[in-house]
This record gives sequence, C-alpha cells and structure tokens, in this order.
Amino acid sequence: MSGSLNITAATVEPGLLALPWDVPLENWPDDTITALPKGISRHIVRFAQLDGYVIAIKETTDEMAQGEYEMLRNLQKIEVPCVEPVAVVQGRTDVEGNPLPSALVTRHLKFSMPFRALYSTTLRPETAQRLVDSLALLLVRLHNVGFFWGDVSLSNTLFRRDAGSFAAYLVDAETGRLYDSLTKGQREHDLEIARVNIAGELMDIQAGGKLDSDIDPVATSDRIMASYDTLWHELNDPELLEQNELWKINKRVQRLNELGFDIEELSIKTDADGTKVKIQPKVVDSGHHARRLLRLTGLDTEENQARRLLNDLDSYSATVSLLNLDEEVVAHLWLTRVFEPVIRAVPENLDSKLEPAEVFHQVLEHRWFMSQEQARDVPLNEAVRDYIENVLQYRRDEEVVINPPTGTFTAAVDIIRDDDDFEYNDEPMPPRGADEPERDWRDLV
Amino acid sequence: MATVTFDNATRLYPGTTKPAVDKINLKVEDGEFLVLVGPSGCGKSTTLRMLAGLEEVNGGRILIGDRDVTDVPPKDRDIAMVFQNYALYPHMTVAENMGFALKIAGIKKEERAERVLEAAKLLDLEQYLDRKPKALSGGQRQRVAMGRAIVRKPQVFLMDEPLSNLDAKLRVQTRTQISSLQRRLGVTTVYVTHDQVEALTMGDRIAVLKDGLLQQVGTPRDLYERPANKFVAGFIGSPAMNLFPSKVVSGGVEFGNTVAKVDAEVTKKATGAVTVGIRPEDLTVNKDKGLKIKVDVVEELGADGYLYGHVIIDGAEHSITVRVDGRDHPMRGDEVFVLPTEKHIHVFDAESGERLSGAISH
Repeated sequence: MSGSLNITAATVEPGLLALPWDVPLENWPDDTITALPKGISRHIVRFAQLDGYVIAIKETTDEMAQGEYEMLRNLQKIEVPCVEPVAVVQGRTDVEGNPLPSALVTRHLKFSMPFRALYSTTLRPETAQRLVDSLALLLVRLHNVGFFWGDVSLSNTLFRRDAGSFAAYLVDAETGRLYDSLTKGQREHDLEIARVNIAGELMDIQAGGKLDSDIDPVATSDRIMASYDTLWHELNDPELLEQNELWKINKRVQRLNELGFDIEELSIKTDADGTKVKIQPKVVDSGHHARRLLRLTGLDTEENQARRLLNDLDSYSATVSLLNLDEEVVAHLWLTRVFEPVIRAVPENLDSKLEPAEVFHQVLEHRWFMSQEQARDVPLNEAVRDYIENVLQYRRDEEVVINPPTGTFTAAVDIIRDDDDFEYNDEPMPPRGADEPERDWRDLV
Repeated sequence: MATVTFDNATRLYPGTTKPAVDKINLKVEDGEFLVLVGPSGCGKSTTLRMLAGLEEVNGGRILIGDRDVTDVPPKDRDIAMVFQNYALYPHMTVAENMGFALKIAGIKKEERAERVLEAAKLLDLEQYLDRKPKALSGGQRQRVAMGRAIVRKPQVFLMDEPLSNLDAKLRVQTRTQISSLQRRLGVTTVYVTHDQVEALTMGDRIAVLKDGLLQQVGTPRDLYERPANKFVAGFIGSPAMNLFPSKVVSGGVEFGNTVAKVDAEVTKKATGAVTVGIRPEDLTVNKDKGLKIKVDVVEELGADGYLYGHVIIDGAEHSITVRVDGRDHPMRGDEVFVLPTEKHIHVFDAESGERLSGAISH
C-alpha cells in the first residue's frame, strides 16, 4: 500500500489500520469478515470485527463517504437515532498502486436488526404495523430537527426491540440533507417516498411468499401517513386557549409526555385584546421516559422499555411507600432488589439473546401470562426461572444480526448509449431457477 | 407533455432578507432539456425544489402547462424526481419492479401492463419482463430502475445533480446516456448541475444563475459565444475566458501596444471603463504585438496545449490562458506577445458587467 492512506475518525481506533485496506472490499479474506452478507447493493457493504465490536464498511465515492460521515456525525450531535460513524478511509490503493474506492466505516448497533430479520416464516400484520409506526416516529423526529431523508424505507432503517414495539434507527443518510427547518412540501415528499418504498418492500415479501395473507401492502404502507400526521400535529400544532383555561397547557404537556416527548421550549402569545392565549411547542425532545429512567437508575434503554420499567418501579414504590423515601432512593432499591437480580439470573451464555431491558420486559410479560394461567400471583423469581428455561434459551442471538443486510439493491445510472440504433450489449442471462418459472409477466404487474 | 413556467418565482427563507431565488422568469418548452447551472449557493437547486413543491414559493407563480401548481402538493404535480436511489426488489420480476408504483397509484391492471411493456420496449428489456433482477446485469438493473420513473409518465422529469455519486469516468459516460434517453422520451426535463461542462454537453438550453438571480438563458452556443455579462463569460467555458480591464480608444479597445478593432456600435455604447473578454482559443502568440505575457507553465494535451502566464496591465498582474500548438509552443519563463482574433472579442461594461458587444439572444 502506498503511504497516502488517509483515515478520518473522531476517536483513534488502532484496529482500523490493521484492516486490509489495500484489497477491494469484495475480496476481503474470510478471517476479517464477520459474516458474509454480500447483499447486491449499489455499494458493497460488509461487516468486520474491530476491537470487540462489529463495524460495517461501505465502499463508495470520496465525496459520498465524506458527506455521509459528516452527516451522521451531525445527526449524532443532535441526538437523532442513527448508526454511529467511525471513520472515512480515503486514498486507498491496491498493492500495485491502483486506486480503490473510499470507505465509510460505521459501528454496528448492538441488538438492532434489519426488518427482514424480524420474521422467519411470515411477516405478521402486528409486526408490519409496529415497524411502520416506529418508522413514522423516526421520521417525525428527523423532520422535527430539519432532516430531509430522501430515501425513507424499511430497508434503510434498523430496528431494536422495544418492549413489544420497535425503536427505529436511521442507517443510510446518503440522500439526506439537514435544513434549519423543513417545508410542508419536503415533508410530504419524504412521506410519499416512504409510502411507495414500504409498499414496494411489502410487495416484495409477498412475491417471496412470506407475507401474511391478511396484510395488504398498500393499506399497510398508507398507515405511515396517518401515524406520522397524528404525531406531527400533536407535536407542532398551535393551540388557542381562553385566558381562564390555562390549565390546558399542562394537559398538552402531559399528552406529549405520554407520547414520549418533553417540551423544552413553549411559545405562549397573548392576542391583542388579551382574551386568548396561543401556545405552541417550539422545541420538543423525544425520550421522556428514557431520560427519567436514566436519571433515576442509570439504565439506558429505549422509550417503551423505559415506560415499562418505570411502571414496575412505580408499583414497587407503592410497596415501600410506608418508608417515605425519596424517589431516587426508591429507584436505587428497585434497581438492586428487583431489576438486577432478574438480569443476573440470566446465564452468561444467554447474554447475547436480548438486551437486559428487553429481557426484563419479557419476564414481566411472562409472569403476567403465568399468573393468568395459574390464577395466582406468580413471584418474580419463579417467573424468571421459567422464562429462561422455556423461552429465552430457545431464542436466537440478536446482539449481532446483520443478515440479510438490506434485501434490496439500488441502482446507479447507466442507462442508454448515445447512438439511437445502439444495441445493448447484454451479457447472456443465467438459466431460470426454481423461483423463476416461465409465466406471463402480465399476470404479475 | 408540458411546458414549465417560472413567473417571477421567488423564494425567501424565513429569517433572511435576501431571496435565495429572486423573481425568476423562465419558460421551459415542451420536451426541452433545460439545465440550471451556477456556483454553489446560486439558487439552482432551490429553483428545482420550488418546481418540485419542496420549497415554498413566496412570490410569483409556477406553472406546469397551463396549470398553476404554486400551491399544489408535490405528489399531485405530475412530476418525477429521477435517479434518486431506486431500489430493485429481489423477489419481484422486472415487470413488477417497473410497475408496482402504478399499482399503489391505483392504476388498472391492463393499463399497468401496457405502460410497463411500452417502457420495456424503449429500454430493451422486453424479453426480461418475467425475470428476477438478480438474473440481470448491472446495466440492465439500472434500466429497470429507470423504467420505474418512465412508467409513471410524468409531465416533467426533475434531476438534481444525478451524477454526483458516480466516479469521473462513469459520469462522462452517463451524461450522454441521460440526454439520449431524454430525447427519445421527449419528456420536458429540468436538470441541475454545478458543472458547466455537464451543462454544455447535455442541455438544449442552459439557465445560468448567480446569487438567486437568473443571469442568462440560451443554447450552449449562445452562452459560449454571446455571454450576457462578465459572470457568464467567466463561468461558461473551460479553461475560462480571459477578462482584462481595458480602455476604449478610437477604433477599438486598447490591447497592450496595439489597438484591437471592435465594432463602432460597441465603443459608442461604452460609458466608461470596459472589460475585455477573450477565450483562450482566440489569442495568438506572436513576437512583438499585443499584450506582453510571461509564460508560467504550458499544459500539453496532445495536439493542443494551454499556456498559462501572467500579464501586467496598469501596474496590476493578471493571469492569462492561451491555447497553443501542443508540440510547438513557447516555454516556461519565455516572454511572448499575444493578439486576439478581433471578431471574437467580447466587451463588457467594467462597472455593471453587462455585455456591450453584439446582441444577446435570450
């Protein structure tokens, strides 16, 4: 390798230098590559192990790698849920000195999964709806900070389990742009892209025979519109109040809290004659419950997991209410006496099945089902044992699920030659496989 | 098919006083390939996004055909933003991949099949309609993706720097392919680029913008041969046109120790100092007449070469580029003289920058 390799990274990762940058990503040796999900993508993306965590490496043009790296860093700064950029590697050459594409390195998000990994046989209606809802929430959060995505899809998103629903993370920021704020047209356009892409992705699963017959791809993708609209209006619409109903301000704040948002800044304006007051949230921050849980216990979880854990914490504090303790002290007691024993009960070899908070949520669910079934209050330690024995050990590991990577592939532009009577110089087609029987394509469109 | 009309269209971002796009008036003809070009921040992408409905129009109107779309949501404008990342779905056939967006739009099956077939014929994909994308070559896949935009039969295609993510070689190949396809389809197209070479090679007409203001609209040849002002003169053409401060004297403009003849009409219009513009190919090296230049470097490009040097005019140094013979040319450090081809001299008002010589076609 020539001496011009240039690595831009926020933190020094010595392991990065040891990777075979003088070899095209496609040909990286198997001992470097964590798994081989060589998806047919416009850019080659592969995964490698680096100092105890997994990184995704994407080969792309110099400008795009640099641009996406900076975009992801900016998004991280404003706390948008997205993958973490690690480095840009430029100036790569092979052993003969021929230039190789630049590479963007991102850190794989632990316990996150591509949507195609969220079903094994068929995608169920509830799963599809939850995926779409979590994508709608992500899109609202992105739009709220002025990010226009330009390529919203389930494939460009990673999902983490979140106490019965999903938390969505942005993976591909290649087409995105950050503005001071977005216009209605930009938001509508992003939503339209989302609607078409989601429908396309569901139709693809349908074509592969893995979509529950109750799911209508178009209706399910339409759901993102309603889901998005409800959230957007709740977050952004101004509200006109009479002077004597200012208590409604609190109600608005509570409603937003329940949706998982905190109001950081609220504009309150009185009209000319002073009889009406217009309130409008100016700065909202998601993660209301997650922040409260973090403050009380130091646990960093997804929003719905936090909601679940806080509920349990609240019921616990009722049991110790006579002691008249501070909230922080109760939280500490709950953490050491309830939460941690459950997590410690999970044998080490099952650690990579699920995140601790998700395990706790599932144990609570499990206890509820057991109690229903046996018509008695099943104690937590009994529920934990039963859960580990009958549920957890049969789950797959979800700490690092990277296959299939996206499942779709995007095309660059190389369409037609200049001369009109040009014939495409197509390579011979590979023979038909079992998944491609001869049929009339008109039946398919 | 449709025309596109910007009628005093203005975009003023909240909290700013200077419009990002200032009263643009522009008509794109039916079937025309119009390129918006200009340096970063000139308003070209904003103009395109206004047409797409992604930016608010704070003044004026935008029409597609006779329809005022100023306040119409993007999806109802009958336009297609092309070459954004189109995904191909692995389990769907080529026909399904091309036609599924029509299904979402609620278009009937017979019509879907008809439109898919039409696009497939155009893209030479007819025989692959029942195959899966994985069986296709890279080029075929890209055509399928293109087919997705074509089957929608939009009135207008919009493209915002579609080649920016390609490497230099592929970029050159692809730009001719896009313009060829556009001509076959005959769909009105508005294309944004910062690259004037891309603009010159692709557009039927080019609109040059700077600081939110439309500088000139014309064919590539118009812009090259009759730039409306100093900015267009310097922006269009590579290497750039030489621009020197000059004086109007009797019979022409002063050019070193000689007078270069320009039309009396032109000198009559001049009210003060002028700027003279000469393209590198319109300067000839000689031994003793014209501007005295010192050669800094000569770039040899085979048959031709470019001489880069500097010249002192009124005590100030100006750089100068001259096209020379690739084999027989002055060497670095030489002092030589250059004279312009008089009929190709451009004269601009030094202060306003406006063109004085010849008529400008709009």
